[in-house]
Amino acid sequence: MEHLEFYILLLFVIIGSLVAVETKNLLSAVICIGAAGFGGSLMFLFLKAPDIAITQIVVEVLALVILIRVTISRDKTFISGDWELIGVIFSVGFLLIIFLAGTKVFDALPEFGSPSFIANNQGDTASQHYIQEGINETGAANIVTSVILDYRAYDTLGEATVLFTSILGAVVILRKQSRNRLETGP
Amino acid sequence: MKGMTIIVKTISSWVKMLVFLFGIYIILFGHITPGGGFAGGVILACSYVLIMLAFGRDYTEENLSLKLASKLDCTGALLFIAIALTGFLYGGFSFFYNFIQQEYFAGKDTAFKLVSAGTIPLSNIAIGLKVGASLFLVLLMLSAFRPGDSSEKES
Amino acid sequence: MLYSMCFLLFIIGLYCVLVKKNMVKIVLGIVIMEYAVNLFLIMLGYRLGGIAPIIGQNDYASGVVDASFTQASVDPLPQAMVLTAIVISLGSLALMISICIRTYERYGTFDITQIRRLKG
Repeated sequence: MEHLEFYILLLFVIIGSLVAVETKNLLSAVICIGAAGFGGSLMFLFLKAPDIAITQIVVEVLALVILIRVTISRDKTFISGDWELIGVIFSVGFLLIIFLAGTKVFDALPEFGSPSFIANNQGDTASQHYIQEGINETGAANIVTSVILDYRAYDTLGEATVLFTSILGAVVILRKQSRNRLETGP
Repeated sequence: MKGMTIIVKTISSWVKMLVFLFGIYIILFGHITPGGGFAGGVILACSYVLIMLAFGRDYTEENLSLKLASKLDCTGALLFIAIALTGFLYGGFSFFYNFIQQEYFAGKDTAFKLVSAGTIPLSNIAIGLKVGASLFLVLLMLSAFRPGDSSEKES
Repeated sequence: MLYSMCFLLFIIGLYCVLVKKNMVKIVLGIVIMEYAVNLFLIMLGYRLGGIAPIIGQNDYASGVVDASFTQASVDPLPQAMVLTAIVISLGSLALMISICIRTYERYGTFDITQIRRLKG
């Protein structure tokens, strides 16, 4: 069978996500998310994207630390309470319709393993230009780095802005004075 | 005593330097080997998170305080914009103009060297500083937060 | 088939966001959706039997990249897009988690159906 390793890893990620969604204990849900993330990182490595694999694996470690910080030492880590049957049935039906409609879209995509952007080796698409001329124009042997920091550095600037803003929001929410000023204010 | 047991403290005091060094390596060699500013910055943050988990928060804040971390964060962001503006002013009149490579090393065979690729290593350093400092900052804020300390402490 | 499985992963995340009532579970659903989108974008650029888009010293001689590299390399453009998206997802995760912690501190629960007193 072709691409067996991708099927196995993707099945691992799907099973990990399902267990994380359905389990009652929050801590085990977080740990299952971590397992799914490491499976995804391994899959990036098999998909020949080592930059993404390194970034994903270290980001996953920090995300696990953050998520465990919120779940541990809380009183109610177990989920209790009933779930509304009618709402769940409607949601599942809705999602099933979306899934069946969405799978039709994938017929229009190129076959897995033959990307359309670099299919003809003519050098007339952007990706082909990056591969062929990237090292001459920027001097970087790692083409991904030359794309994110030279050709498309605007994206990286926007990314830095978004990261700065989200961290600023987190710090503003978490700092100690915020609630006191609100409640003792005029 | 804050922090974990003596075994964890001893091991992490050996390992933290290696993790920090690996982060610097990932940042500096980002244009030749896999890696770059994003991954390296997160690894730098990971080394400080290791210290924070092993030794407790007070020890970490003596090394890298909250104000210094936020200053490093802003320094990284400003450095990145400064690189972009230098390229704009130097010539070409385009943002993020790779002026070192285009003006001085064009046509020369400098590939696979550590000092190559013009502004790309400088941008990597700026991005790594920014990402590492900001992620450390948010982890420090998360660990500093105690539930209930803001509602009762008010006088 | 692989694309469909990736889409199934996205649907699982969307189900988690729609149905679950716990705030941390909703955050986990968003994280699952991020995995699915990142994997899908990387899969779009994969070439069968491809090699990573990093030029080795054997593939480059006097300003010309070897044809064996250009005809086997995977697409570098989706990788560059996803690389920034992963770090942004960590920042947004920290923001969401801090909102969860503040909500727990004020209401004493993660359950969104019990948080009725929306004020301030």
